[in-house]
Amino acid sequence: MSIDLSQFHQVFFEESFEGLDAMETSLMEIDPTDIDSETINTIFRAAHSIKGGSATFGFSNVAEFTHILETLLDEVRSGVRGLSRDDVDLYLQSVDCLRDLLTGLQDAEEADLTLTKQLTASFQAILDGDQATPEVSADSVSVATTEPAEATAAIEAAEQASTANVWTIRFVPEQDILRTGNEPLRMFRELSELGNIKVESICTEVPTFAQMDVEACYLGWNITLTGDINEADIHEVFEWVVDESELDIANAGSISANWNIHFKPEEDVLRTGNEPLRIIRELADYGELTSVADVSAVPSWSSMNPESCYLGWDLVLSDTATKEQIDEAFEWVVDESDLIITQGAAVISESVTEVQAGIEIVAEPELVQPSSVAAIEPVVETAAPATPEPIETAVETKKPAKKANSESASIRVGIDKIDSLINMVGELVITQSMLGQLGSEFKMDSLPKLIEGLGQLEQNTRELQESVMRIRMLPISFAFSRFPRMVRDLGKRLEKNIELVLEGETTELDKTVMEKIGDPLVHLVRNSVDHGIEMPADRLAAGKSDTGLITLNAYHQGGNIVIDIIDDGKGLDKKRLLEKAIENGLVDQRDAAAMTDDQIHDLIFQPGFSTAKEVSDVSGRGVGMDVVRRNIQELNGTVEIASKEGFGSKITIRLPLTLAILDGQLVRVGSDVYIFPLVSIVESILAKKDMMSHVAGGCDVFRLRNEYVPVIRLYDIFNIKADSQNIEESLLVVVECDGEKVGILVDELEAQQQVVIKSLEQNYQRVEGVSGATILGDGTVALILDIPGLVKLAGVNHQIRTQVNSLSATQAQTQH
Amino acid sequence: MTASTEQATEGLSAESGTVSADDGNQYLTFFMAGEEYGVDILCVQEIRGWEVATPIPNAPPNIKGVINLRGTIVPLIDLRQCFNLETVEYTAVTVVIVLKVETAKGSRIMGIVVDAVSDVYNLAINDMKPAPDLGDSVDTTYIRGLVNVNDRMVILLEIDRLLNMEEMPDLSSVTAAVNPTA
Repeated sequence: MSIDLSQFHQVFFEESFEGLDAMETSLMEIDPTDIDSETINTIFRAAHSIKGGSATFGFSNVAEFTHILETLLDEVRSGVRGLSRDDVDLYLQSVDCLRDLLTGLQDAEEADLTLTKQLTASFQAILDGDQATPEVSADSVSVATTEPAEATAAIEAAEQASTANVWTIRFVPEQDILRTGNEPLRMFRELSELGNIKVESICTEVPTFAQMDVEACYLGWNITLTGDINEADIHEVFEWVVDESELDIANAGSISANWNIHFKPEEDVLRTGNEPLRIIRELADYGELTSVADVSAVPSWSSMNPESCYLGWDLVLSDTATKEQIDEAFEWVVDESDLIITQGAAVISESVTEVQAGIEIVAEPELVQPSSVAAIEPVVETAAPATPEPIETAVETKKPAKKANSESASIRVGIDKIDSLINMVGELVITQSMLGQLGSEFKMDSLPKLIEGLGQLEQNTRELQESVMRIRMLPISFAFSRFPRMVRDLGKRLEKNIELVLEGETTELDKTVMEKIGDPLVHLVRNSVDHGIEMPADRLAAGKSDTGLITLNAYHQGGNIVIDIIDDGKGLDKKRLLEKAIENGLVDQRDAAAMTDDQIHDLIFQPGFSTAKEVSDVSGRGVGMDVVRRNIQELNGTVEIASKEGFGSKITIRLPLTLAILDGQLVRVGSDVYIFPLVSIVESILAKKDMMSHVAGGCDVFRLRNEYVPVIRLYDIFNIKADSQNIEESLLVVVECDGEKVGILVDELEAQQQVVIKSLEQNYQRVEGVSGATILGDGTVALILDIPGLVKLAGVNHQIRTQVNSLSATQAQTQH
Repeated sequence: MTASTEQATEGLSAESGTVSADDGNQYLTFFMAGEEYGVDILCVQEIRGWEVATPIPNAPPNIKGVINLRGTIVPLIDLRQCFNLETVEYTAVTVVIVLKVETAKGSRIMGIVVDAVSDVYNLAINDMKPAPDLGDSVDTTYIRGLVNVNDRMVILLEIDRLLNMEEMPDLSSVTAAVNPTA
């Protein structure tokens, strides 16, 4: 086995995470009162795959945990066990727990097994038929706080119930088992590694020689397996043949952990001053002791020496004694006597009657004889390292993984997308060869053909680019899928009834955008649950249904994707927003009256602004909406809120479909070309002198219809030379930033084109006012402008904008 | 890396024959204001002629702008200005050495603008003399050492430290102290 399994780890992690997502979704869907067999099967299958995979790769923490989960699920699936709401919660927790475990493994981090332990204990309790008593979980928490070694030990302790010491296995394979490549002998060898094995064949099926087929297997076996063995381990051995054979695995009882000591001193032991009686007394102090004297060596009276010791003893000492204590007792005589110490040989019969092989064990001499001692010894050996082993493997597998980025680095692409890509590359090759041929024997009269070919090339390139971009597109359901669970959990915690509706889940979005929009979306949905939706009683009082409704809707609009988060809750409280804003000094008392609804609602995006009366653990700490807006702006997107008091709020997020390409407006200032993101441009106008006025504070404004808009001179803030500083000879590009309009003065507008965004930070550093760079058709570099950054750089701060606003207000009043 | 190193040495072989494959590090040297400087050749990606770069707004004067290096945006740094030497017009022989620099944030590709490339030397660690201690006023951590080649002094630069963006040094005092005539 020289295959390096670690190369498959990434695939395993991805599949497991997919499996967990499937489990989660199905768990959300499942109705405990009426279990749909397909749903429970999906959950079971996912758990089963994760268990199988993790066991293969030696992630024993995951495998052990999933095993117990699977056992429970299997019972639910087969209808033995019902399902309660609490059970579903427990399963959901275990999904989270598994996700944490796997993430830990993926990042090669030490896993925190506290939750695992707690859940294992709860599951075990359910399996044992008890209710999950708080005692159990509390106990396990205290155990699990420290090292994984202890935790693993505790897991094993929890599994003790399923661990027994004597297993009887009846294994009758189908006749053609050998043909499928399975070899019973190999299985017995594997079993013998688990513990002491005793195999007896069942020959009843064996036909006469005349009828016998050499390739068929007519034998069956009764196997007695002794040792500290998990049922799962036995099942694993038979994993491949379980469908093709009759297999009964029964727990025939357990062996006490008593010490069996065979002690036969040499005859002259008394002369060296040692006294067997003293030793036996000492042993009796450590635990319950029974002794049987072995008189086999006692000679006849005539040949007996009174100073010699002819007796031997077979002692059974209860397991309260430790090996060290026993060794110590025999310390002085160990060289002069025949001493065999073993643990757990005597069988305490429990369910012996059911299988014949079980009886056999009992029928064996209860006390230890040399032969059986030898056989039992390996049991002790294998049992001892069993505990440290799982940790070892866990640590080992962690090392090679190093710090793999937990953002999944691969992407699943539909085969149709790949096919269309291959098609397009084919067309491109044809176009290329056509152009190549034209070029090699070019005559002027084939010019039209050349132009046609170039046109085709352009089309091919564009199509190719689009298809490549589509590879990165994923349906937004990837981002939405976490919300049903989140809303359910939150709703439960806050005691609100909430229904979540997801729409447009198939809308496709660039993977990078998707990853980055996740957190802001979570925040917004959480806000809707916490602040938007009222308590059921309040809702009823307001004449609404007691169940709140949150809708997530995604759709394409132009080159953008739009995500709406709509709730039918209480909406934003304008009065409180204003009060708070005035209190925080964000808004002047005088200006407050002139503010439009949108402007008031927009206040929630100001840093440190929270209207929640009390800070809850869900939201309301006032860090949030500003971060949400910033995150979205970093993606070149916008966020708006519309709200009606008493009827709910609607948050609209607009995002570009991809981060790699941007629709840009090229502008020229002096000798340099800059690019405006087209989405941010409202309009471009030729400025006239009489539209301009100067506001105290050093800011120019111009009148755009009924509004006053601050002006930023690009040449000024970038310290470059423009063709002209005369406003009349320049163009004003009006852009929108944070819902405010700003005019940016440039020399000339050039083409509009799609540009590929390149990072400046990769080899240089962040530049204020610039979001990136791109390469133009002539191979030169042009910088892409970052509008919010520009506004900040220009110092068009809130104060000036407030002045402009008041100017607009007076303007509006004079007009009326 | 190997390819570009080869490319670098190939370009030089015409003017010099001192390249050998002995032990010790190879250094690419270049001229600036008559002084010869050396950088570890393993950092060198390629050597290009000067081309007009796109200026970066509000950047320090020693950042000449960014160029498109086969799809990657690469900043150009005028080493003369870093060292506070007088600026010169860029001409057809002005050279850009593209370097791969290790920084705290990973490796970066940058270009340095120098007067001309000189040679590739094989230098053993033993040949190298530490930079003179010039007192507190001059930071010499950007100098790996001084070395004598054919009776000429070559200043070997610790390029990773020198081009660490966060702290662009003022090396004028170093050159002044090392070479009082300059």
